[in-house]
Amino acid sequence: MELTARALWTLVHGMGFGALYLLACSGALVELYRLTTSSSSSEPAPSQQRFLKVYLLAMVVLAWAAVLTGAYVIYPWYRAVPPPGTTDLAMFPQRLLMSSPTTIGWHSLGMEWKEHIAWFAPISITMVAFVFIKYGRDLKNHPQLRAAVLCFAAASFVSAGIAGFCGAMINKYAPVQGGHTIQLSRGEEK
Amino acid sequence: MKMPNGDSLPNAPALTNGSGSAAVLAAGIGSFALAVLACAGDKSAAVKNLLIFYKPTGPLSGVTATAILIWFFTWGILEWRWRNRMVAIKRINVVAFALLGLSLLLTFPPIVDLF
Repeated sequence: MELTARALWTLVHGMGFGALYLLACSGALVELYRLTTSSSSSEPAPSQQRFLKVYLLAMVVLAWAAVLTGAYVIYPWYRAVPPPGTTDLAMFPQRLLMSSPTTIGWHSLGMEWKEHIAWFAPISITMVAFVFIKYGRDLKNHPQLRAAVLCFAAASFVSAGIAGFCGAMINKYAPVQGGHTIQLSRGEEK
Repeated sequence: MKMPNGDSLPNAPALTNGSGSAAVLAAGIGSFALAVLACAGDKSAAVKNLLIFYKPTGPLSGVTATAILIWFFTWGILEWRWRNRMVAIKRINVVAFALLGLSLLLTFPPIVDLF
């Protein structure tokens, strides 16, 4: 069982930072709503607020890590230009997708959309974390501000979801390959 | 908010909404800046070349770095101006949501292709 270095980076970017961020989004939305609505009868313990602050900060780190590894580690491998005369495009995912009418859409729509929309996730969640850390439970007394925070948190979730979906599909049709091989385990002959 | 005798009013905000509003509006402006720069880079070869800050990543490096600078700069200015003030947050929310909505639309390739 082996893995290339580039495949490992893609896993870290998508399954590590991206998927973990998406999982965290639903929890953040529920907790933000629960802790900041005035209808909730009991005051949340300071430890609950502290937990959500740390949780949101972890989401900020995950979101920035996902877009930065995507843009500066994986994207250069994705958009690499093959030398003239190259017929095997397996190492050049963008060109591989563009070489067939059945897959070109995954680049012209999927990647073109993903590479930009993904950045709304860290921008939005950074704002959400800042506002919650600053206001905490006092957000229940600022209904408009709370609405903005929930709306941007939802937008962050949608942006990350679109980027994640496009990324997964692109990697299915034209995976980023190459780099040195990492041997995970040796299979036994049957 | 405090009453003259120092007690807090029940359900009265302890903080002004200025700081939060500054963060909300700046996030909308930053997102919109990113979408406009991405669109401009797609439509003009000259802009595209200007936005190549890091060659392996191409114009995406300039689009995102410039948008982030615009976002932080706007946030800093607004925070400085509004941090201790109550501002018209309803109007600010409308503008921020409109900018965010436009940003989402402007990054969708079939809409960019209309220009």
